[in-house]
Amino acid sequence: MTGDCRVRGLDGEVYLDNSATTRVTESVCDMVVQTMTEDYGNPSSRHRKGVEAEHYLKDAREKIARTLKVSEKEIYFTSGGTESDNWAILGAAAANKRGGKHLITTAVEHAAVLMPMHALEEQGFRVTYLPVDSKGRISLSDLEAAICDETILVSIMAVNNEVGAIEPIEEAGALIKRKNPSALFHVDAVQAYGKYRIYPKRLGIDMLSVSGHKLHGPKGSGFLYVKDKVRLHPLILGGGQQKGMRSGTDNVPGAAGLAQAAVDAFVTMEEDHARMLLLKEHMTESLSQLPGVVVHSEPGERGAAHIVSAAFTGVRSEVLLHALEDRGIYVSAGSACSSNKKQTASTVLKEMHLPAEQLESTLRFSFSRFTTEEEVTYCLEVLRELLPALRRFTRH
Amino acid sequence: MFSTFLIKYGEIAIKGKNRHLFEEALVNQIRHALSKVDGDFSVMREQGRIYVDCEGDFDYDETVEALQCVFGIVGICPVMKIEDRGLDELGNDVIRFLEETLKLPSAPAGHAGDRKPDLDLDRIENDSSRVTFKVMTRRAKKSYPIPSMEVNSELGGRILDAFPQLRVDVHAPDLLVHVEIRDMIYIYSKVIPGPGGMPVGTSGRAMLLLSGGIDSPVAGYMIGKRGVVIDAVYFHAPPYTSDRAKEKVVDLAKIVAKYTGPIRLHVVNFTDIQLYIYEKCPHDELTIIMRRYMMRIAERFAAMDGSIALVTGESIGQVASQTMQSLAVTNEVCSLPVFRPLIGFDKQEIVEVAKRIDTFETSILPFEDCCTIFVAKHPVTKPNLRVIQRSELKLQEKIDEMVETAVNTTETIFVK
Repeated sequence: MTGDCRVRGLDGEVYLDNSATTRVTESVCDMVVQTMTEDYGNPSSRHRKGVEAEHYLKDAREKIARTLKVSEKEIYFTSGGTESDNWAILGAAAANKRGGKHLITTAVEHAAVLMPMHALEEQGFRVTYLPVDSKGRISLSDLEAAICDETILVSIMAVNNEVGAIEPIEEAGALIKRKNPSALFHVDAVQAYGKYRIYPKRLGIDMLSVSGHKLHGPKGSGFLYVKDKVRLHPLILGGGQQKGMRSGTDNVPGAAGLAQAAVDAFVTMEEDHARMLLLKEHMTESLSQLPGVVVHSEPGERGAAHIVSAAFTGVRSEVLLHALEDRGIYVSAGSACSSNKKQTASTVLKEMHLPAEQLESTLRFSFSRFTTEEEVTYCLEVLRELLPALRRFTRH
Repeated sequence: MFSTFLIKYGEIAIKGKNRHLFEEALVNQIRHALSKVDGDFSVMREQGRIYVDCEGDFDYDETVEALQCVFGIVGICPVMKIEDRGLDELGNDVIRFLEETLKLPSAPAGHAGDRKPDLDLDRIENDSSRVTFKVMTRRAKKSYPIPSMEVNSELGGRILDAFPQLRVDVHAPDLLVHVEIRDMIYIYSKVIPGPGGMPVGTSGRAMLLLSGGIDSPVAGYMIGKRGVVIDAVYFHAPPYTSDRAKEKVVDLAKIVAKYTGPIRLHVVNFTDIQLYIYEKCPHDELTIIMRRYMMRIAERFAAMDGSIALVTGESIGQVASQTMQSLAVTNEVCSLPVFRPLIGFDKQEIVEVAKRIDTFETSILPFEDCCTIFVAKHPVTKPNLRVIQRSELKLQEKIDEMVETAVNTTETIFVK
């Protein structure tokens, strides 16, 4: 299955936007088709068709639990990263508000974390947003200073989606348990799961959010790991599926597809990681040699292996993005910035205190385990060719 | 109960001998608009009237909405159509009609601007104690045995008996009940406003310079309203403008086409020309020179499509390229007349129309168009024609060939 994808990857397009979403692999696709067309029952049905579907669900839960070394009872399927983050934060705040009304997060979280935090502030909760350094990382002393007796939840992302900064999850987990053992620790692992081995019990993580489509699974699939005994209110009410914690007809194709994707990712994780790390080094080193290019991502294991963020000063990111697109290369703008004032530069890059000229010229390249060296080399060649031409024409 | 609409049209009626041409165009436009609505409709011209008959199931709101997009229609009257079964039965039918009319679903917001429906339903519903009415009978079938006046008074009496809260006012009634006696009898009272104007296809063809902004779709709508068939040209500048910006323009053309009928949209790749101007000419003259080339290219497509005018969304003084001096300099390259229906409009007035015709939401989507990407901080606001012409001389070497290439590589999208 992997070979097949790689061949197709070179078929005229170079997709370097894997942190936005990924291509579904053959094995995942087969699983989804199987559970949509043949074993399509509703796990809540009493008949055989339902039982059959329930087996897929159980199996998916077990496979995922194994990757985290947790109990399958602690896995709840959701519609994706956003729901998982929303549920963890809003559900934990609602269930634990008697213990205090203070939450801690970072200034560079995904909107799926920041927006629920803002919503809680309006409900009278107090939220501390930890600042980050120029590499996008929080400081543990800031975290330590922020934790108080009132703190009920700390939410920190494992890998930053825009620049690939790796947050000190393990140290943070230990710190939280030491300073306020009753505070819960939620980790948004949307960009980390399937790329790193994360063991919640060892890291002191109480809740962990994952999205399926970031690791070659289907869109609309995801899960939230909730440690046994964690007090959490459900967010979605209804027919009482998943022990009443997350109602709604079980998304069997989503869950089964996601589990298949997870299993595939974990089989070859170490070698994939090593290869992506080499690609990143290749890319960042080549980029640093180009005039006017500033790489934001940290080298080596200090930054995520699959994300390269860089500013191309003098060229607006959206223009470069479309010029690359014209050559079959798909990337993301590090920040959406245009003459339209409603769009503002990325908060992550702003929080990193980058100069304005870098804010509006940053691109993100993100790899998957199927990304090849040829693709990266081709991208670099095209960049070398495009940059001087585009720099001749700039707004003044 | 309403299976027929009586279509009222205004200006057509004064077109003398050409009247039948206008009526035919209107019937065609109505048929076209209704072809997108589920149901069997027949559109008939009969004794200076146009009727839309709906056979079988149809969606009332959807039908009215489609009719409200047809230029030339001033009013849409939902009609109760009955067979002649004698005056007594007619009285029963009129009472049934009034019961129904007083709780008719209110029509979707009208497009005709300040025209008001003849009947203020809200007032009647809220305060039916003081509602006045008048019956107006028209006896088109002269073989009907009872004169109109007698029908009026007979029906009026029946209504007063049935609805004690109503009063008669023959001068300024709140509720005017029309009874038309033909082979069938038509009863109507409510007039839903239409967009007005003249049916598309009665005035020729024009080429609209369509951007992704708020103004140009409104300009296209307004010229279409005068019966003009619209085609459009859009200047695309990849990679400086994205495919989404192009999609947005196609979406806008689709909305305008709801009123004007199908639009041929020419998507010109303008990047090379723009960059060439940028390289060779003073940057503060960039926009004005660019606009001149847009006009020149638009005229090329106008010639191909048989358009006899250009249409733009310009309004005096709105931006640097729309000062009177700039407009004059831009205009100088055109041999066709340039229609600028928004010339005296304030932005707010344009926005109001854009909202009414439903282009506003699409227009404000934040994608860059080619007019904004290279804009100088201080573009010239009072360009001098001779200076601009001198600057354009610097383009001599390659520009003709580039215009040729741009015209030849244009993608034409049929938007309907």
